[in-house]
Amino acid sequence: MHGFANPARFLRIARWATPLCLLLGLALATWALVWGVFFAPADTLQGDTVRIVYLHVPTAWLGMGGWSAIAIASFTEIVWRHPLAGIAARAVALPGAVFTALCLITGSIWGRPAWGTWWVWDGRLTSMLVLLFLYFGYMALDAAARGSQQAGQGQSRITAIFGLVGAVNIPVIHYSVTWWNSLHQPPSITMGKSAMAADFLVPLLIATVGFSLIFGGIVMARMRTILADEQAEARLRRKAMRAQAPGAGEAW
Amino acid sequence: MAVRAKHQRLVLLGIALVALIGAGLLATWALRSQASYFYVPADMAANPPESDRAVRLGGMVERGSMKNAADGVTVNFIVSDGKARIPVRFAGIRPALFVEGSGVVAEGKLGRDGTFVADNLLAKHDEKYVPREMKDMQQARKAIENTK
Repeated sequence: MHGFANPARFLRIARWATPLCLLLGLALATWALVWGVFFAPADTLQGDTVRIVYLHVPTAWLGMGGWSAIAIASFTEIVWRHPLAGIAARAVALPGAVFTALCLITGSIWGRPAWGTWWVWDGRLTSMLVLLFLYFGYMALDAAARGSQQAGQGQSRITAIFGLVGAVNIPVIHYSVTWWNSLHQPPSITMGKSAMAADFLVPLLIATVGFSLIFGGIVMARMRTILADEQAEARLRRKAMRAQAPGAGEAW
Repeated sequence: MAVRAKHQRLVLLGIALVALIGAGLLATWALRSQASYFYVPADMAANPPESDRAVRLGGMVERGSMKNAADGVTVNFIVSDGKARIPVRFAGIRPALFVEGSGVVAEGKLGRDGTFVADNLLAKHDEKYVPREMKDMQQARKAIENTK
């Protein structure tokens, strides 16, 4: 546990893991999308509109997975004060928001031909929109806290608490279709079972793995940027202190 | 000392999380009936809404119940959930996925005669995804069995 919290060790692993994740993810996602759009069959009822599922489901999973990661990282940071956990949470927020927005957009595009409407205020759609606003709130809170505190690149306490409280929405999103009557269909893929024919399921799983790798690569790249910023700032601070102290400048 | 502080934070945060999850569950429990997007026919038959209140009715379009009126735009069908059946009348453009045996959400008002008058129809897709070719094969197989 503590071994993973070491920024130097993280940087050593991330140096080769970041491009690996991005390239492999890009290859898998492209493969799955080409397969899904050109070669997978059309659905009996939905026809060709079913093909948007290869983008919609991975983005939905990553939008929710992103906030789960923020919540776990926030918990780790509050309890064990691991600076890397806070950095990870901050790095996840932006890609999480982008993937949630993509999920809402693709869902809306599918909803028009399939349901006959771009948008309804049912449980699933509304709770997913709330997740997008939570991401915006998280980023705004993080930016505000960043302006007021000088040292350290982790989350502020209040941002971490917000990350934890926001996690309440994740089970609400997941169970919204079973708790309440909703226009959105219940999950096709549950533990070990699939109501989806293999012709759709296989490219969908490949797309999900591919987009997850891309997501992970983006998060690692952003974490490296935050850590590099921290190092640069620390160096500047040292320089400024030396310049202020008379006599110390000559020795340097 | 540091270990104790860590332990204290862990316990405090654990209690806070339990309280938070409890509050979330209570809130969703309270929302249970209000947050539903539509009535199912059994609900509507048991507690009919006032006839001037706009509500949504969701269920399956009963097979063989869809009848097109002579004016070419009006359709009559029965929405069922296996427990109750509600007749629905709708005049307008129907979504592409609106077919017999499939899910539908009708927005409108329950008339005094017990017919639900819809001013908008939404098709509800279920969680099943079946390729077109496979469906054809199933139908072909069924057709072959029937002729035997």
